[in-house]
Amino acid sequence: MLAAVRRVPCITRARAHVNFQEPVFVKIAVCVKEVPDTTAEKRIDPGTGRLVRDEGDRMLNEFDKYAVEEAVRLKEAGAADEVILISLGPDKAVESLRQGLAMGADSLVLVSDPAAAGSDYLGTANALAKVLEDSGADLVLLGSEATDARSGVMAAALGEVSGRAWVTAANSLAVNGGSITVERQSDDGVDTVELPLPAVVSVTKAINEPRYPSLKGIMGAKKKPQEVKSLADAGIDASTVGEAGAKTTVLGVETPPARQAGQVVKDDGNGAQQILDFLVEKKIV
Amino acid sequence: MAGILVVAEPQGSGFRRVGLEILSKARELKDSVGGPLAAYVGGSGVADQAAQLGAYGAEKVFVADHEALGTGLAAPHVDVLAQLQAENDFSAILFGGTVQGRDTAAALAARLGAGLNSDSTDLAPGGSGIQATRPAFGGQNLVQSTWTGGPQIALVRPNSFQASESGGSAEVVAVTPAISGDALRATVTARKPAEEGKISLEEASIIVSGGRGLGAPENFSVVEALAASLGAAVGASRAAVDAGWYPHPNQVGQTGKTVSPNLYIACGISGAVQHKVGMQTSDVIVAINKDEEAPIFQFADFGVVGDLFEIVPQLTELINQRKG
Ligand SMILES: Cc1cc2nc3c(=O)[nH]c(=O)nc-3n(C[C@H](O)[C@H](O)[C@H](O)COP(=O)(O)OP(=O)(O)OC[C@H]3O[C@@H](n4cnc5c(N)ncnc54)[C@H](O)[C@@H]3O)c2cc1C
Ligand SMILES: Nc1ncnc2c1ncn2[C@@H]1O[C@H](COP(=O)(O)O)[C@@H](O)[C@H]1O
Repeated sequence: MLAAVRRVPCITRARAHVNFQEPVFVKIAVCVKEVPDTTAEKRIDPGTGRLVRDEGDRMLNEFDKYAVEEAVRLKEAGAADEVILISLGPDKAVESLRQGLAMGADSLVLVSDPAAAGSDYLGTANALAKVLEDSGADLVLLGSEATDARSGVMAAALGEVSGRAWVTAANSLAVNGGSITVERQSDDGVDTVELPLPAVVSVTKAINEPRYPSLKGIMGAKKKPQEVKSLADAGIDASTVGEAGAKTTVLGVETPPARQAGQVVKDDGNGAQQILDFLVEKKIV
Repeated sequence: MAGILVVAEPQGSGFRRVGLEILSKARELKDSVGGPLAAYVGGSGVADQAAQLGAYGAEKVFVADHEALGTGLAAPHVDVLAQLQAENDFSAILFGGTVQGRDTAAALAARLGAGLNSDSTDLAPGGSGIQATRPAFGGQNLVQSTWTGGPQIALVRPNSFQASESGGSAEVVAVTPAISGDALRATVTARKPAEEGKISLEEASIIVSGGRGLGAPENFSVVEALAASLGAAVGASRAAVDAGWYPHPNQVGQTGKTVSPNLYIACGISGAVQHKVGMQTSDVIVAINKDEEAPIFQFADFGVVGDLFEIVPQLTELINQRKG
C-alpha cells in the first residue's frame, strides 16, 4: 500500500527529480550492505589457516552510496518524507552502515542473527522483504551490485519475493505521484521505463555523485535510530534464511596462483610491432 | 527432472554470443545432468531465428513470441519460463550474465525457490549434477559450488566458454506465452539504442582501455581507433571516468565492471589494485605505459614501456594493414 502523506512541499533543490503537480510523499527504504574491502591484501593466520578479518577491512558497499544519495536527494527535493536503511548482516555492520545515516538517511534497521549467517540470495531477499513489509516503504532502492560477490541479483529477487513492480539499472529516477520514471541502462541502450509504486529499483553509478558526509552529518548519525533485530524480533522464519534456507552450497575454495609479470620491453620505435607479434603468437589476431 | 534449458537471448537476426557459448558447454554436461538439451528464445518477432540454435547443440527450442518479451524487461520472461518449468521440469536452467539474463535468472529462481549460482566462469559435471566455479575477491579465489535441490539455475559470465557448432538441428516448439498483469506493471515508453556497432564491455572478447595517461577526453579517439581495428569494446579506468573523459558504464574495476575478455589492452593505466580486480581474470593482458615502475607491468603478459601516443596509433595501423 502507498503510505502517501499529501502535503505541500516546502523544500525545493536545484536538482529536481520531482514533478510537483501531484505531490505524493513517499517513504523510501534503501538496502545497504557491509562488504569486506576486496582490494585488501588477504592475510592468512598461520595458526588457524583462516582469513584474518581486520576491523578496518569492512565498509559500506560502494554501489549502495548511489542509492542512499538518490533517496536523500528525493527527500531534500520534497518527494519523500523519510529514508530508512535496511540490511542483513553481522551486528558489527552498524559501524559501516552508519555512513548512510551520516549522508542523510533517517534510521537503520539491521537484521543480525547467527542463524542468518550463510544466507544465499534467496535467504537475503526473504529477510529484506519481511523488513520491508513491516516498514511501509513505497519505494525501495538498491545498489547495482555488492562488491564482494558481484552478483547484482538482489533487486530482481527482492522485487519477485516482495510482489512489487521492479526495474534494475536506473541511470535517473523521477517520482510522479503514484508512479516513477527511470532511464534504464539496458543491454542495448537506454530505455525509459515507467512503473507504479510500490516499487523496487536498483541504481547505477551514473545516477548521481554521492556526497561525502559532513562532520555534522557524522556526529548526527550516532544519535539517529539504529535498530539491530534478531530473526525472531523481525518476525523472520529462520528456516528461510542462513544455511538452512540456502539452495546452493560451497564445495571448496581454490586460490589460483597470482598473475605473474610477463615480458616487458622498452619501446625503441618497434613496440607496436612487438605487441602485434605477441598477439599473433597468442593467435588472438 | 529432465534435461537442461539454456536461455539464448536474441540479438538482431541472431543471438548474443554468450547464449551460444553456454549451449556449446552444455553439450558436455548432458551426460551428468541428463538430456535433452533444450533452449528458450523469447522476444518479439524471433520465431524465424530459433532454429539456428540447433547448430549449437539444442535438440529442442522453445520459442515464445510476444511484444512484451522484446522490451529488455525480465518480468514477462519470468512468467513464460516458470510456465515452461512447470511443464518440463528441467534439471538445470542456464543464463548468460547480461542485464536481462541476471534479472530473469534472479526473479525466476526466487519464484521457483531455486538455488542460483551467479557469475559462473566454469560449469563441470559434479556436485548434484553440475559444479559451478566463480571468482571471488576480484579473482583472488575461485569458489566451487553446487545446488542442494533443483532446478539448478546458473548465470554464466560471457567469454567463459568457446561457442562451437555441433552440426545438429533442433525441433522448434512454439510456446503460447501466458503473461500476467503483474509482469506488465513496468512498461518501456521510449528506447534509445546504443550506437551501431558498439559492443558491451561484459560481452566483448577484446577490450582496449584508457586511463589518466590519455590526458584529455578527446584523446580517447586513439583508444577507440585501436578498438575499432580489433572489433573491441572500449574500457576506462576510474580516474578517466571521474575526470569526465569517458562514460560510467565503461569503467572497469572494483567500482565498475568486472570483465574477462580474451585480450585486455591497458593504455596509460597504472594498474592500481582497484582496477586490477576488475580485469585480472582476462586471458591475456597487454599494457602500454611510459612508467616502467607502473604496477600494471607486474601482472601484464606483455608490456611496452613507452608513449602511448606513439605506440597505440602504430599498432592500430599495423592491425588494419594485417586485415588488409
Ligand atoms: C574505493 C575505491 C574504488 C575504486 N574503484 C576503481 C575502479 O573501479 N576502477 C579503477 O580503474 N580505479 C578505481 N579506483 C581508483 C584507483 O585506485 C586508481 O586511482 C585508478 O585506477 C587510477 O587510474 P589510472 O591508472 O588511469 O591513473 P593513474 O594511476 O594516474 O595512471 C596513469 C598512468 O598513465 C601513464 N601515462 C601517462 N602518460 C602516458 C603516456 N603518454 N603514454 C603511456 N603512459 C602514460 C602513467 O605512467 C601512469 O601509470 C578506486 C579507488 C578507490 C579508493
Ligand atoms: N545483506 C544485504 N543487506 C542489505 N542489502 C543487500 C544485502 N545484500 C545485497 N543487498 C542489496 O542488493 C544490492 C545488490 O547486491 P548483490 O545482488 O548481492 O550483488 C546491493 O547493492 C544492496 O543494495
